[in-house]
Amino acid sequence: MADHKPGFFARWFMSTNHKDIGTLYIIFSIFAGLIGGLFSVYMRMELQDPGVQFMTNSDGSPNGHLWNVIITAHGLIMVFFVVMPGLIGGFGNWFVPLMIGAPDMAFPRLNNISFWLIVPAFLLLLSSALIGGGAGTGWTVYPPLSSLVGHPGLGVDMAIFALHLAGASSILGAANFITTIFNMRAPGMTLHKMPLFCWGMLVTAFLLVLSVPVLGGAITMLLTDRNFGTTFFNPEGGGDPLLYQHLFWFFGHPEVYIMILPAFGIISHIVSTFSKKPIFGYLGMAYAMVAIGFVGFIVWAHHMYTVGMDVDVRAYFTAATLIIAVPTGIKIFSWIATMWGGSIEFKTPMLFAIGFIFLFTVGGVTGVVLANGGMDVALHDTYYVVAHFHYVLSLGAVFALFAGFYYWIGKMSGRQYPEWMGVLHFWTTFIGVNLIFFPQHFLGLAGMPRRYIDYPDAYAGWNEISSYGAYIAGASTVFFIFIVFYTLLAGRRVGDNYWDVQPQSMTLEWTVSSPPPFHQFEIQPAVK
Amino acid sequence: MINKILTLALAVFVATTSAPSFADGLAKPWQLGMQDAASPSALRIHEFHDMLLWIIISVAIFVLLLLIWVVLRYNSKANPEPAQFSHNVLIEVLWTAIPIIILIVIAIPSFKVLYYNDHVENPDMTLKITGYQWYWAYEYPDHEGISFSSYMLADNEIDEAKGQKRLLSTDNPVVLPIDTNIQLLITAGPQDVIHSWAVPSFGVKLDAVPGRLNETWVRIEKPGTYYGQCSELCGKDHAFMPIEIHAVTKEEFEQWLVTAKEEFAALDSGDSLIRMAAFAQ
Ligand SMILES: [Cu+2]
Repeated sequence: MADHKPGFFARWFMSTNHKDIGTLYIIFSIFAGLIGGLFSVYMRMELQDPGVQFMTNSDGSPNGHLWNVIITAHGLIMVFFVVMPGLIGGFGNWFVPLMIGAPDMAFPRLNNISFWLIVPAFLLLLSSALIGGGAGTGWTVYPPLSSLVGHPGLGVDMAIFALHLAGASSILGAANFITTIFNMRAPGMTLHKMPLFCWGMLVTAFLLVLSVPVLGGAITMLLTDRNFGTTFFNPEGGGDPLLYQHLFWFFGHPEVYIMILPAFGIISHIVSTFSKKPIFGYLGMAYAMVAIGFVGFIVWAHHMYTVGMDVDVRAYFTAATLIIAVPTGIKIFSWIATMWGGSIEFKTPMLFAIGFIFLFTVGGVTGVVLANGGMDVALHDTYYVVAHFHYVLSLGAVFALFAGFYYWIGKMSGRQYPEWMGVLHFWTTFIGVNLIFFPQHFLGLAGMPRRYIDYPDAYAGWNEISSYGAYIAGASTVFFIFIVFYTLLAGRRVGDNYWDVQPQSMTLEWTVSSPPPFHQFEIQPAVK
Repeated sequence: MINKILTLALAVFVATTSAPSFADGLAKPWQLGMQDAASPSALRIHEFHDMLLWIIISVAIFVLLLLIWVVLRYNSKANPEPAQFSHNVLIEVLWTAIPIIILIVIAIPSFKVLYYNDHVENPDMTLKITGYQWYWAYEYPDHEGISFSSYMLADNEIDEAKGQKRLLSTDNPVVLPIDTNIQLLITAGPQDVIHSWAVPSFGVKLDAVPGRLNETWVRIEKPGTYYGQCSELCGKDHAFMPIEIHAVTKEEFEQWLVTAKEEFAALDSGDSLIRMAAFAQ
């Protein structure tokens, strides 16, 4: 009875198995992604034409608060309930233990709690939109808009509790990953031989442990401002609204690397596998991620260039932020060098990986523009910023999610997706998201502010194009859901190493069956 | 691939169409670049952006060309036998060092723009701006404290014959003289939320934060009407608190001051308080 599986309820609701918990996270992430994606299609419908067509009050006037609630929900869902659970909880749980040759995570029950905290967090967030008028604060939840002055109802309190739970879930998960990676690697697997996905997860876990508690502090101070009469962020009581912004972005900037570092790891493995070459500059790749993680903690106020900070402070944050381009460039060029001289096969995961490399570059170079405090004055809080962070996240992190899904679905389920479906999904997604976000650079340069329910008529043209892109991407996502079901129900069965991963790209998940046994590595593997 | 090329062609088009020039301040349909610069601050931002745009487009095209080359040359048909190298010290040093040089080339003009645009010594006059949910209040402390509030015109109040623009025109536009160094002092009502006073053609965007007085400046180079919009999420009518500025010659400004003193005398600086009281009920 080596492979004894518990019954349905015990297996899925009381799970302590890293693969099952990973599966739960991935299902959760896809489900939350559909809801967050529905919100974005609704937003693009509203913005397709000037004037307010859909989000109106009963008398036909614009319902600006509804708009604000929806942009807030979209942002929080995508960050905390789609990208993080997908990359960290999903692929991290599934493949970190497999890749390091461990039988499971270090703390299996903690792992279970991490997942089951995020479900009520999500329910709290969704119900925050329905109770007390909803939280129309933006995902940044800046006071005083998020204080009683701007949001007297219960919505913001509910959203804060949602973030508390999601944050606790992340911190517990991160502690679990750090312990697992430091203590449970197979004999012979030194840190300098560890797969890059595990490096990405390790750095991410440190960023989580160091940054999420700061967010927890900030929103708890906001909670006591709202409910117990403290004035941390209220100038009338000697507080400062900008203190919140400093605390939020001390978390918020590492957060964007939390979302992208696991993605970097996934892309490295896919590029190596399908080029049939070892990763170029492995150590440089690993330490570039460490450098990005470190510098990520000392650049937070580049989100605050227009709040009225001293000019010398802005100069410092400009310089520090520009430096991030160096390790990021090392990653981009190392991926290309990995492909250089290879024998590349363009399977769906590789298409998403190449798409990732180019689109992340586009999002990266606009980041270099925005890094400049003097330049940012023209672009801050415009659609240029929206375009920038969607290029690195929606077209970066999400492309990595899809790349990882197609790369590993055979390993996770034992069944392979039909290749043509994956290719079609890639191209429709690629065209759709570029149509959405490339024109937004023009809107931002022309001065269109973000978080607007309606815009001056001059911005109509590019908004219409952007909305058409959203419908294409939306349809493409529906097709993806079809692919998921088709693959799980009728996909071709695959063997252990269905990508024919060569020794120079080999990681341990390809040495076990597809799907892996319920308990893997009963004999500990050794790494040369 | 066609899509990539198309988007890049568009980006190049931006670079060639955003040359600095002076005109009225608002966006145009299908605009690709920034609104025309109307102040020395905005002009410096434009020049800096033109430089940045060439750099970032070059980098993006360089990466794209490398990817296209790799895809064409090193696909499994063209190159059945993969090489197995994984190190090259020279190339790794180069792709670390060259970006550092590019960043230094960017940083120097970046700091110049930042410091020039920050503030002006010995301004000729001051305009105090206060953000409220959801309108702007303006005071002219150097001109016997003229003060008034500025609300967006509703769609049914827009008179296109007068050149008024939906979502941009206001009931009381700000009137400012050209060729004058104007200090802008920006804050928000003490019981209000954060707003941001932004006029793209001036190269100005500064948050209006309760309990904090922020400073920047503008020198308008040409008479005209300039528009801006609140640029920090401030609640349900965030999209409906625009900024409209009429820039006039110094003589016209003096004339306006005479009528403005009469028109806004009764309201005095209590105007915003009266409005807030009305809101509170
Ligand atoms: Cu506002």
